[in-house]
Amino acid sequence: MTKSRIEARFAQLKAENRAAFVAYVMAGDPDYAAGLEILKGLPGAGADLIEVGFPFSDPMAEGPPIQRAAQRALASGMTLNKTLAMIAEFRKGDQATPIIMMGYANPLVHHGYEAFARDAAAAGVDGLICVDIPPEEADPLADALDANELSLIRLATPTTDEKRLPVVVRRTSGFVYYVSVAGVTGVKEADAAAVAPNVARIRAASGLPVAVGFGIKTPERAAEIARVADAAVVGSALVEEVATGLAMNESVTARVLSKVESLAKAVRSARVESLTV
Amino acid sequence: MNAPAKPNDYTAYPDASGRFGDYGGRYVPETLMPLVHDLDAAYTAAKNDPAYQAELSSFLTHYVGRPSPLYFAERLTKHYGGAKIYLKREELNHTGSHKINNCMGQILLAMRMGKTRIIAETGAGQHGVATATVCARFGLPCVVYMGAVDVERQKPNVFRMNLLGAQVEAVTAGSATLKDAMNEALRDWVTNVHDTYYLIGTAAGMHPYPAMVRDFQAVIGNEVKQQILELEGRLPDAVVACVGGGSNAIGLFHPFLNDEGVQLFGVEAAGDGMGTGRHAAAINGGRPGVLHGNMTYLLQDDEGQITEAHSISAGLDYPGIGPEHSWLHDVGRAKYLTCTDQEALDAFKLLAELEGILPAIESSHALARLPDVVKEVGKDGIVVLNLSGRGDKDVQTVADHLGRQI
Repeated sequence: MTKSRIEARFAQLKAENRAAFVAYVMAGDPDYAAGLEILKGLPGAGADLIEVGFPFSDPMAEGPPIQRAAQRALASGMTLNKTLAMIAEFRKGDQATPIIMMGYANPLVHHGYEAFARDAAAAGVDGLICVDIPPEEADPLADALDANELSLIRLATPTTDEKRLPVVVRRTSGFVYYVSVAGVTGVKEADAAAVAPNVARIRAASGLPVAVGFGIKTPERAAEIARVADAAVVGSALVEEVATGLAMNESVTARVLSKVESLAKAVRSARVESLTV
Repeated sequence: MNAPAKPNDYTAYPDASGRFGDYGGRYVPETLMPLVHDLDAAYTAAKNDPAYQAELSSFLTHYVGRPSPLYFAERLTKHYGGAKIYLKREELNHTGSHKINNCMGQILLAMRMGKTRIIAETGAGQHGVATATVCARFGLPCVVYMGAVDVERQKPNVFRMNLLGAQVEAVTAGSATLKDAMNEALRDWVTNVHDTYYLIGTAAGMHPYPAMVRDFQAVIGNEVKQQILELEGRLPDAVVACVGGGSNAIGLFHPFLNDEGVQLFGVEAAGDGMGTGRHAAAINGGRPGVLHGNMTYLLQDDEGQITEAHSISAGLDYPGIGPEHSWLHDVGRAKYLTCTDQEALDAFKLLAELEGILPAIESSHALARLPDVVKEVGKDGIVVLNLSGRGDKDVQTVADHLGRQI
């Protein structure tokens, strides 16, 4: 592989002078068929990159929306293998949109790091974010991902000081994910003014694009972040559309994709608007 | 996993990365990593500071009531007709269990670190009560996360925590028991990293907690060693303790790890029976995996999802176990037995009737395996059992199982 899908996508967006909109969905939420339908619809709705959560019973860094999404997915019988199968199915129709898997260590430990990296590469996955494998524990996983040309995407946080930052960005590739608030997903709101200097220093330390997530719920907030970061990630607000769709007996696919459209539109026009202001 | 080689010095673990062989480590979200490193450094400094040790020792003596007695259980010994049985009376500590040993050590550390808010998880409520107690004593606000199921089955302890000024948060997520309480405490910590100290109650979780909690609980084994030498002039042949996360057991075991003549027995909760799948025995019924910051034996399904533990004892109702126990099991230094709910209830009644002591339902699991351990060490043997908590909190549970109204 000469250039990864992630690198190619960020290079393309840089040329367009806009940030990426990254959509997070939970695989198999609310079930495999609807989950696949949502996944297939995301690029058309404006997702530049996709994070696919694989469910875990004890997601310690998630707020209630993604906790509930994981519970729905598990209840529908979702597994790591089925997540990989779903991504392989998606890949048949889309060769350009990067897919980053996101989740927790134990399903990977159970699957085996080498086997996971091999299976993920075969399915068309581009990278992995593992919430509870910090750099101190990551070498065996990083070795397996490297061997299969998959990116290990690291999380930097408000607690990542100058001393810690080089540790965090070591052996990372693709992009760095900046967790904009100290907390769990989908609770506190990100503050673009506070985020901007952190994005700059992470970009400088890593030489990689910086995506910002963990506190972006509205198009307005997504646009603010898109002005200062290379990508804005929205997760909780999307899985809440699934919950609402189920509660109101509406099409979850339509609800999620409609939300993605409004967020992606805000991200796409963010820098243009800021120039005209 | 291959059986690892036996080490020359069992007490040299964990290594610098917090590992006991393959187990332990620091599997936490990045937001917490700097805190975990700070804690490690602060604990190492405190451990080597005579002033800190003197302060801790003074509180253990005058506030906790240490040393706890080592009591020769004469009638229990006669009942089994074999080895002499001694009970380490941790249930006589202030707050009624061994949990206060660790809480005292950690709260003094939290204050040294300048933390102003304490959070904790609790299962049976014993750790929650002990945490609420030290927070009251030192004037720090305290939030205790407790599974909603446990809140229901341990009402007296919930009220006790409230009386001590703690806020008890009932956790309804997941199975609403100890593991979910721990998830919620971790979520709180990640959100309030700047001022909050997470006072973990068992020798599990991310490094340095397993080593730190063990060190604070090792006062149990150290006292036993001194007391049994005074009483019997020799070391025991076996020591026995119940194991959930495993803090009372590791506290008893640790000072004896290099005394290979002393057999170590941990007793896991078999719930309805190992064959039923409804149990809480991580070593006997689980596989290694990662949860709550450490690699250790866990109850999990074929896809690596954590499964619910089942035990009559809220304190043992946890799908994992401390990483040092996982390692001691793999290297063969300690043996891990199991005990069903019914066996624990029978042992509870037996100790009440023979010795006039109501044991915690957790400790009753260890009591239930005494006949096996007594048999193992022979008639001239000496067995020390850690009576880790008192059973007053369990009276309602026991009454329910006996079909009695109180």
